[in-house]
Amino acid sequence: MDKRIVIPGDFLSDDVKKAGEGTFIREGKVYANLYGLVNEKNKIRVVPISGKYFPSAGDLIIATVSEITYSNWIMDIKSPYEGLLHISEYPRRIESDEMMKYLNVGDSVLVMVKEVSPSMKIELTMRDSRLKPITNGRLIEVTPSKVPRIIGRGGSMISMLKNATKCNIFVGQNGVIWITGKEKGVNKAIETIHLIDTQAHTNGLTERISKFLKGNETSEVDHKSPDILNELLD
Amino acid sequence: MNDKPEKFIDNNGLRLDGRKADQIRDIKIEVGVLSRADGSCYLEMGNNKVIAAVYGPREVHPRHQQKSTKAIVRYKYNMASFSVEDRKRPGPDRRSIEVSKVSREALEDMIFTEYFPKSAIDIFVEILQADAGTRTAALNAASVALADAGIPMRGLVSACAVGKVDETLVVDLNKDEDNYGQADMPIAMTPDGKITLLQMDGNFTLEQFKQGLEMAQEGCRQVYEFQRKALLDYYAKKEETEEVAVIEEVLQEEAPEEVVEESIAEEMEEIEEDEAEEVKAAEAESDQEIEEDSSETYETSDTVEEEATETEEPEDEDEEKEEDESTIDESDDEREVSQ
Repeated sequence: MDKRIVIPGDFLSDDVKKAGEGTFIREGKVYANLYGLVNEKNKIRVVPISGKYFPSAGDLIIATVSEITYSNWIMDIKSPYEGLLHISEYPRRIESDEMMKYLNVGDSVLVMVKEVSPSMKIELTMRDSRLKPITNGRLIEVTPSKVPRIIGRGGSMISMLKNATKCNIFVGQNGVIWITGKEKGVNKAIETIHLIDTQAHTNGLTERISKFLKGNETSEVDHKSPDILNELLD
Repeated sequence: MNDKPEKFIDNNGLRLDGRKADQIRDIKIEVGVLSRADGSCYLEMGNNKVIAAVYGPREVHPRHQQKSTKAIVRYKYNMASFSVEDRKRPGPDRRSIEVSKVSREALEDMIFTEYFPKSAIDIFVEILQADAGTRTAALNAASVALADAGIPMRGLVSACAVGKVDETLVVDLNKDEDNYGQADMPIAMTPDGKITLLQMDGNFTLEQFKQGLEMAQEGCRQVYEFQRKALLDYYAKKEETEEVAVIEEVLQEEAPEEVVEESIAEEMEEIEEDEAEEVKAAEAESDQEIEEDSSETYETSDTVEEEATETEEPEDEDEEKEEDESTIDESDDEREVSQ
């Protein structure tokens, strides 16, 4: 596991063709432009340690209505940019003055990013059978870069979470997570997700989380438990 | 309050605080000290204590300041009232505004602002304790905070000042050297030596200027090493308690995006199955509504036409009103005629 950390401006390679995300080219050489980890599989790219969510077409995210205009819902997608849900992108045909009835300010919805224009106008859509307003459960936020880990390889981590807590968990690409279920299960799920968010640098994390889920029924978590960490090796 | 020191350089060539002419002050850097900021850095340079916070990219308020093709960069340098011996009145003064401007320009070109159109990157630096060279300390902290915030940059900016006391060129002046010396020149540069900030206060000959520039270059290089080490060490510390393995796992997984899509699809199916029973009744009702509405052909292009027809309707009403009025007029005429 080659974990090389770089800071902006660090030299990466002489091969311009291998430049990927998180890099820039100057005078025929490739340099990092982010503070993060280098991944040299295929192309050389730098994965930032922290960063904001930047939408791309096809992402499934959880957005919250912040404003209603005559033909759009303006939504907060936890990004520097706001998303726009046009009235025609609602699964049902509704009038302008009815918009408030279906999605009011403060309501959260599961939406898909339809298109991102170069001027960062982000169009959202709900016209997909998977998409709907969120009417129950709880929403929590994590760093967007953690999302792949919370889902895990082939959905391993998230499946384990769902089975152990008997909750439904949906992880939006923008770092907003929706959990529904019995209160005890939901609380446990939230605790576990925060654990992944903050303690997730070990090998064998999946096993460790599994132990946590089976183990502590109380909310006491020993954050400095290197013994458990040493036991688990992937 | 203090008197001018007799000599700045003693017989051994050492300065008032025991440093050599080309020696910078001790630097201590801590990354990620503010949890609410996107990026932050606490930095000590000698007796200077500064803290920098970066927010962004984020929406621009007021909206009219946003640029459609790139992000705007805003830098606010402020000295806390307690940072100096004689209480500094709070609020921006002309000096703070000047420092803010030149510092912003020192960083702006290093940031890839074109990646974030219509957004703002806000940098705030607060001086908690001042001992000359605050603007250079502030810039050093701001660079680290920008990296911590995940903002793409061409490189870190490192700054230090060079000056003249007793006809001797010295690097990284402290308060007495700055107040009673003969010249002070803060400089900021990139790791490959490109200057992004250069100011001067006092007198240099051309030779002294050239030599001073070289000394500053060496000083900035040393500062850069401190900044780099702080960022790398922060990562290592994070390894013990935080996020890093997440990212490492991400890197190890092949095509993580596919994984996400598949599992999201699975989750959506499960959620749908669970809620299907509850929703069935409601859906039956709404299905009827949809059938009624579908006769009006619900498609994107059609809604535009429908909106157009909606705006036309009020106009029609106006025309109708006018027609009514004209008939009224006619009837009046008729009445008059009949009379």
